[in-house]
Amino acid sequence: MFFTYLWRELRRRARQATFIAVGLALGIGLVITVTAASAGVKNAQSSVLHSLYGVGTDITVTKAPTAGSGNGGSQFNFRQSFGSSNSKSSSKSVNQNLLTSDFTLSSITAAQVTAVTQLKNVAAAAGGLTLTDRIISGSFGSNFTAPTSQPTSGTGNFQGGGEGSSSSSNGGSRTFSGGFNFGNNFTVEGVDLANGELGPLSTGTISTGRTFTAADAAKNVALVDSNYATSKKLKIGSTVAIGNTKGVATKFTVVGIVKDSSGTTEEDIYIPLGRAQTLANMAGKVNTIYVAASSGDKITTVASTIKSTVSGATVTDQDTLASQVTGSISSAASLANNLGKWLAIAVLVAAFLLASLLTMSAVSRRVREFGTLKALGWKSRRVVGQVIGESIAIGIAGGVAGVGLGFAGAWAVGKFAHPLSASLGSTTGSATPGGPQQFGGNFPGGGTATSGTGGTNPFRGAFSNAANSTSSVTVHLSAPVTISVIILAVGLAVLGGLIAGGFGGWRAARLRPAAALSKVA
Amino acid sequence: MYKLTNVVKDYPKGRATVHALRGVNVEIADGEWLSIQGPTGHGKSTLLQLLGGLDRPTSGSLELNGRDLARLGEGPMTKVRASQIGFIFQTFNLIPTLSAQENVETALVPLGIKDSARKSRAAEALASVGLSDRARHLPSELSGGQQQRVAIARALVKEPKVLLADEPTGNLDEDTRDEIIALLEKLWQDNGLTMIMVTHDSTIARRAQRLGTMRNGQLTVKQTVK
Repeated sequence: MFFTYLWRELRRRARQATFIAVGLALGIGLVITVTAASAGVKNAQSSVLHSLYGVGTDITVTKAPTAGSGNGGSQFNFRQSFGSSNSKSSSKSVNQNLLTSDFTLSSITAAQVTAVTQLKNVAAAAGGLTLTDRIISGSFGSNFTAPTSQPTSGTGNFQGGGEGSSSSSNGGSRTFSGGFNFGNNFTVEGVDLANGELGPLSTGTISTGRTFTAADAAKNVALVDSNYATSKKLKIGSTVAIGNTKGVATKFTVVGIVKDSSGTTEEDIYIPLGRAQTLANMAGKVNTIYVAASSGDKITTVASTIKSTVSGATVTDQDTLASQVTGSISSAASLANNLGKWLAIAVLVAAFLLASLLTMSAVSRRVREFGTLKALGWKSRRVVGQVIGESIAIGIAGGVAGVGLGFAGAWAVGKFAHPLSASLGSTTGSATPGGPQQFGGNFPGGGTATSGTGGTNPFRGAFSNAANSTSSVTVHLSAPVTISVIILAVGLAVLGGLIAGGFGGWRAARLRPAAALSKVA
Repeated sequence: MYKLTNVVKDYPKGRATVHALRGVNVEIADGEWLSIQGPTGHGKSTLLQLLGGLDRPTSGSLELNGRDLARLGEGPMTKVRASQIGFIFQTFNLIPTLSAQENVETALVPLGIKDSARKSRAAEALASVGLSDRARHLPSELSGGQQQRVAIARALVKEPKVLLADEPTGNLDEDTRDEIIALLEKLWQDNGLTMIMVTHDSTIARRAQRLGTMRNGQLTVKQTVK
């Protein structure tokens, strides 16, 4: 009798039932679509992190340089003699391959890496050394003015291009002029071969050749990013010249070409960590630690422990990264998590309210019916149960339709969403004329870090090769609908039915048979 | 069967109080047919609702087979209605979405009778009112007289001790009215029911054993001449 009565009643007010079900379907469909889109954005953000720091990396650890440490900077030094003091003019050429650490990153010792590795809930940790190789070539000349007496002191300066001068206490002076090319920069990543699952190299796949083996630890072998290889016409067996702190190049043989799934890798060239440390004069040191937590729910705890273990460290996990990502991916995240979420909640609340009002109205129109049933001996809870059952049936119908709408919405998001860009790096504030500017790309060279205060830029966006912006990643947005989202949808549908039925049932329970029948007579 | 002692029923209407019953005293024997007449608004339907346990007196006692319905809780009262009292209404009050047989079954649902037994008893009750061939029809597909027959079948399918009828022929034409009253009389005789009927129709009222008149919330009863 229960289901017969329920079905017949829903058929009688099919239009109203459909209206309520459609309202619930829209709300639930929107919740599913927004939840799926949020998950898709999260996945995209995760793939951004992974494409930069490796699939297995949950946390990165860097250190900001301390004030006045100089931190290596991007100095380049060379001494040139211009002959005797009576020499009127001369010109000299310069060709140096200078390898330096990122001046925004301070060094981290091997002991600190070991300490992080041994922390609780750390599955693995690997050190990485990110370097920039600058090829400086050019020439400069000088003109001499004779001194009036023996010099007792002198000063001088020369900048990367243009003119400079020197003077001495005896009135003598020399002016300089010339030009240099700083454009041939590329990035070099020293890879910990023992922990290859961590770090930027882990996102890549070898398209040609081979990857590193343990035997390569002391060898001059390199893996090259596929885009860089194309631009420099490199192939297996080619050599690349990697400099050192003295500007002297060492030839490395290309043994593999790396292709990243996102199409862009952070680095141009990968060499064994030990070789990178030697060339950069940073024996036993790194400037980034890549950490994998034992499980996803331990990431925050591990990050907090690392902060207290490595003093002065900047610890970045996915949440921190997400807050620093700019580009359309952050707009998508904002859209899904803010507007999308609240819109879905608003529509769902409206649907629940509408369902409740219409159910109460339907009960009002069935006063005689319910009064008669009570007169026949039906208990109140039986009558209320009938009302709630009808509402839940409508809710389930709405839920099923909502799941369908949600799948359709998620499919549409995945099909029609534009690829999202994610840019990572320090930006200036919004007060900057022309809008926030992102550090990265061109830097003509020279200069020292005179202040290491403030946060480290963990993304090494500064001073990278202008022709290859290593801080930008493109990801495609998908909107995965998971089983938990479907369960959520069914739950919302039943909840909607319960709320609507609860209101209606309350109305029905309060009916006194005599009053109900009196209304009719 | 029934013993009413100084039954009073007041209910609020806006700011005023309506004194629907002003001290009703009456005894109704088992198997008796009592008709109640009177002007509109003088308490006939209110009395019937109290007799059916649909409402409670404001004061006084209303005993059904020795149990004071005025003091029964909602649960026990519902059980009494389910098992002992059958109702027939002026407007039939059939559930519009259920068939004739399913409407009859609704009276058996509170008794916890299993599906198959419920169906067969409902079919028998419909047959007893001559509507076997209309078992699957919805109320909208039945005439007024047929709907009232279904209501009678519904009232009697649970074999109640009391049948309360509130203007059972009020919405029927003359021919149908006679049919229904004849049917009710036959069922009353065959089943030994105690039947209390509110009616405006004096012709019908005089067919009862006793005739009660409600006026200003008070009941006077006299024997009818048969």
